[in-house]
Amino acid sequence: MRRQIPLALVFIFGVFMIFQYFVPHESSEWIYEFLLDWIYIIGIFALALGIWSLIRVSVAKIKARKANWGYPIITIAGLFLMILFGFTGYRDGSLGFHFMTAEGLSNPMFRNFFDYILIPIQSTMFALLAFFIASAAYRAFRARNVLASLLLVAALVVMLRFNPYMGPIGPYVADAASWLLNVPNLAAKRAIIIGIGLGMVATALKIILGIERGYMGKG
Amino acid sequence: MKHKSLVILLFIFCAFTLSAAQEDAAPVDTVQVDSILPPAPVSMLTAKDGENDHGHSITLRWELSADDGAGQNSVLSYEIFRWVPFFMDTLQSIQDSLEQTEAYIAELRTFLPRAEKRLKEYRKRKKPKLVIVIFVDSTQFYEDTIAASKRLLPEYEEQLKQLRQWRKQAIDEIPQAHTSYPEQGEWRKVGTALSGQANFKDVGVKERKSHDYMADHTDYYYRVDAVTADPAIRASSEIVGPVQSYGQLFNTGRIPVFVAVLVFCLLTILFVTRARRGAELYVRPLAGIEAVDDAIGRATEMGKPILYVLGLGTAADIGTIASFTILGRVAKRVAEYQTKLIVPCYDPIVMTVAQETVKAAYLDAGRPDDYYEDIVYFVTQSQFAYVAAVNGTMLRELPATNMYMGVFFAESLILAETGALAGSIQIAGTDQVAQLPFFIVACDYTLIGEELYAASAYLGREPILLGSLKAQDYAKAAVIILAALGLLAASLDWTAFINLFSVTS
Repeated sequence: MRRQIPLALVFIFGVFMIFQYFVPHESSEWIYEFLLDWIYIIGIFALALGIWSLIRVSVAKIKARKANWGYPIITIAGLFLMILFGFTGYRDGSLGFHFMTAEGLSNPMFRNFFDYILIPIQSTMFALLAFFIASAAYRAFRARNVLASLLLVAALVVMLRFNPYMGPIGPYVADAASWLLNVPNLAAKRAIIIGIGLGMVATALKIILGIERGYMGKG
Repeated sequence: MKHKSLVILLFIFCAFTLSAAQEDAAPVDTVQVDSILPPAPVSMLTAKDGENDHGHSITLRWELSADDGAGQNSVLSYEIFRWVPFFMDTLQSIQDSLEQTEAYIAELRTFLPRAEKRLKEYRKRKKPKLVIVIFVDSTQFYEDTIAASKRLLPEYEEQLKQLRQWRKQAIDEIPQAHTSYPEQGEWRKVGTALSGQANFKDVGVKERKSHDYMADHTDYYYRVDAVTADPAIRASSEIVGPVQSYGQLFNTGRIPVFVAVLVFCLLTILFVTRARRGAELYVRPLAGIEAVDDAIGRATEMGKPILYVLGLGTAADIGTIASFTILGRVAKRVAEYQTKLIVPCYDPIVMTVAQETVKAAYLDAGRPDDYYEDIVYFVTQSQFAYVAAVNGTMLRELPATNMYMGVFFAESLILAETGALAGSIQIAGTDQVAQLPFFIVACDYTLIGEELYAASAYLGREPILLGSLKAQDYAKAAVIILAALGLLAASLDWTAFINLFSVTS
């Protein structure tokens, strides 16, 4: 029974979602939107579970004095400080705890932590991508065989397209780069996209029919 | 002398520039709008329910005015009018009153607890015996205001109840009100079409509370005015109506998709049935999948953990669902080999499902005691904070194998490059085309697009799952044939054949 009910639910809602795509009627749209709302509701409850998981893992690391156990302390402190600042704020000149309103979002400490700690850290992580692209490109473009050499030439042509000092050969390089992007590159991309589309339909069908049960923890 | 001639030259130049500017400006001032003759009206105006939609819309089509792009060439735009009964204004005023009353009630409900708190504070204060500074006692003011608010609140609530009832009744009466045409109503502009445009879709709103609400099964009347540069000079078309809007039960614009899905489903069921009966199905080997077992074995030998990243997708993404299946298989092998598994999650729902998947896999492997909940844990829902946490885990734990399966975005290369620096064997799989090059460059094996979905069938080697892969292969063959036919049809201008595959939203 523990398996039959989820499988039946998956079948019913899966079939509904297929028909919903072909039925534009208002009632069908209403049910669809109602079901989508449930994702948000489930998400909110799941977030509580997620936070609990984070706290448990961090506390376990601190208790066991595992390597770098200072990091979980910062994680837990950050979590609770942001919650505290997010729910406290000034109203009518007095500091108070506001659970149902958005006063906390204008709390200067909340804003400062967000603007001057979180955002710069995230920007730093994103900026690392530039260096990683360079190291990945170096590895990819090493001309070890014919295919790698072809890749190197194609990449050079595409990169040189943006070079303003190409002189008279500039337009030819630009044409060659456009051809590379619009013909072989796009053809390969479309082939992958068609494969992904068919794979998605097949996987969805397997899930709806109960053939694929891996997501339920049963292969 | 030299300066004098320069000044004269400058004067002449200024005078010339000014006169030229005046000449340029002159035609604007002398536009003769009163010389425009009334244009020819649009003809053959038709109105019908909007196709393949949820209702609440009417599509209008017409033949352009003879003076649009030809004749006097005086038509600048078309204004579309719908006949609206005055009853709709009554409905609107009910709606406005209702919103205002709701706002009053919300305001009072916010004010009352604050005022009561403040009153309590004032009552606690002691009056100074000797009044040296100005002392304002607001107790009386707050008492009066609270009493008035408490008296008003039930009155407003009763009013709100009444207004809601009136609105419900009024909405039900909309179709009836439209039958009074042409009495008790007026023409109102619902949109504008530019010259040269011969159609317009009057799209209303389906929410009954909205002021743009357009009721279905109601008689609507339309006319289209051809408008010139002078808005007063225009020509009205004949009136068209009554026309009603209603929602369709089937989107005929998606018939080709429906047929394709049906054929593909039949193919899948056919091959799955054949597989169940024991037919031998050959599927080409995938290097990335075959490397999974070796990677788990390597981790066991090295005594190091396996890091499994489910990506940034939600539990509703097919890529993530496929990843759950692979995670289940990997967790089962990991449990058998008694290796350590680490699964940091970005989404809490994904975490919950992944925990169940891993738990069931340990149970299947006959090692339920080895399972503990912290194998799968939640990190954060912030993209780069998640990347920082996973990268930190990689560099601290130095896993023997990293597996990235699911939906990835900009973090793909940061994760994969860090993994490569940590010296791990890396297997990736994603259906995000833009991220594939990064994984191909930085990982040892990459499952490209659909291979991610196929991975579970390869790992399990179950005939039923392999059957669906066969169906996919046949569908791909069909797509290749149709693409070749499409190329031919486009070259030879076989419009009828091309239209067979046309899909509208």
